[in-house]
Amino acid sequence: METWLSYSPQDFLLFSERVYWRLFELHNAALWPAQIPAVVVGLAVVFLILRPRPWSGRALAVVLAVAWVVAGLGFMPRYATINWAAANLVPAFLGYAALVAAFGFLARALEPQRSQPAQWAAVGLCLYGLAVPPLLAVLADRPASAEVFGLMPDPTAIVTLGAVLAAGRRWPTLLLAVFPAVWCVASWATLAILGTAQAWMFAPVALAVLAILMLGGRLGDVQEEETAPSPEDRR
Amino acid sequence: MSKKRQAPSLPSRRAVLGGGLAALTAPAFGGTIAPPAAAQPAGPVLTRTVPSTGATVPAVGLGSWITFNVGDDPVLRADCAEVMDAFFAAGGTIIDSSPMYGSAQEVIGAGLARIDRTGAVFSADKVWIGDTDEGRDQIEQSRTNWRVPRFDLVQVHNLVGWQGHLETLAEMKAAGAVRHIGITTSHGRRHGLFEEVMAVHDLDFIQVTYNPVDREVEDRILPLARERGMVVLVNRPFRRGALPRRLEGAPLPGFAADLGAETWAQLVLKYILSHPAATVPIPATTQPHHARENVAAATGPLPDAAMRDRIAAAIRDA
Repeated sequence: METWLSYSPQDFLLFSERVYWRLFELHNAALWPAQIPAVVVGLAVVFLILRPRPWSGRALAVVLAVAWVVAGLGFMPRYATINWAAANLVPAFLGYAALVAAFGFLARALEPQRSQPAQWAAVGLCLYGLAVPPLLAVLADRPASAEVFGLMPDPTAIVTLGAVLAAGRRWPTLLLAVFPAVWCVASWATLAILGTAQAWMFAPVALAVLAILMLGGRLGDVQEEETAPSPEDRR
Repeated sequence: MSKKRQAPSLPSRRAVLGGGLAALTAPAFGGTIAPPAAAQPAGPVLTRTVPSTGATVPAVGLGSWITFNVGDDPVLRADCAEVMDAFFAAGGTIIDSSPMYGSAQEVIGAGLARIDRTGAVFSADKVWIGDTDEGRDQIEQSRTNWRVPRFDLVQVHNLVGWQGHLETLAEMKAAGAVRHIGITTSHGRRHGLFEEVMAVHDLDFIQVTYNPVDREVEDRILPLARERGMVVLVNRPFRRGALPRRLEGAPLPGFAADLGAETWAQLVLKYILSHPAATVPIPATTQPHHARENVAAATGPLPDAAMRDRIAAAIRDA
């Protein structure tokens, strides 16, 4: 125990910041122009939350599950070339994608709620996940290493949190928030240890999640009662 | 049980700081003076001789923790090869890595092939796996990554599974599959156990953390290494870069010129090299000029005991 206490977070760092961002640069180059449809799909997530339809939850489940599969099978093996722990996370990404699809279809866990202001906060979080990671890359003068929703884990996790938390506070929905939240914490830790200012990107995410849990929980419960289908609808 | 090996002795201050300094100091530290590479005009590089085998190595090596973990990136791999090229050109040969260091082994192997130095490297790697039955397979995988016919040195990384791995390594050494064996620790961890293993096992090398700030090994481990005839690879000589960063901008003390040290980094390395044990710092770097500068620290005069105290004080107070 004493030995373990002697380790600092920096002792677990395997790579430098330069190598880390080069990873995204190479990944973007390998996938170009997939970034364009990825962003369009990300905007579709926002639209589905803003203008819910009866099928929105299932559409979100498909989009997010595919995004996690792409990030898991595409990016994580590349990340594993500098971080051996990443290879072990590929099954976790795929498992989470399966969970999103299953809960989205079977438990209707991703049906967007019409409960403002939580709905707007969720939309804001999704837009934040789509825009801020690439914007920070541009501001840091390394635009080629921009992180893109659906292709890389960080923006995918942030957008997923937005979509999941727009769906209220039922337990299957909240369960879906756990993995992207854990990923955000792990990514924040990595960036913080690397000493890059981009680590702060996750601070507003944490605040938004807390706000949505508080607002969305209270209002979402009311909304669920108000929009609960009548017995006649249950055919 | 092991036999006690002949220990090198510490030279006098006059011998160290007087004329012909390098020629006098090198044998005293268990080594000889190797002719520098043709491209390196800085003078003879201090070497260490491994008492158990008579092998001779330059007294500054090259680490690969973090710096060489660049994955498949072709640009960064080329940069790493440049660092190794500069390192060899300056007179260095020891490169140290571990299966723990991500892609570093493969990057080293590819880089050595690229600069045609696979045959010149003193390959130092580690075994790092809890299941000691898997040790041989891991070492073989590491050797394949390095693209060398056999390792010059395999160390038990951070004492993980040390009993089983040392048995394996002793067998491999006896069979000629590895040339030297050793154990490592870092950050001052598990020094008690480290000493116990050193005391009862025939090790050629040990690896510890040592620099003018982290000096715990001066008390027992370095004297024991000297007594037992073990060469000491020194990791974290710059505290993973924190030491030069802290000293950046601080004026170099006047006595640094007497030692031929042009930078704080060289002063730190000279401090390490001047310990009576056969120390070999293995700083990691991403810059070819730093690799040259590091090896150059093993040329010219070394500080005596009094000067070492002044270096430690200067670094502490800077």
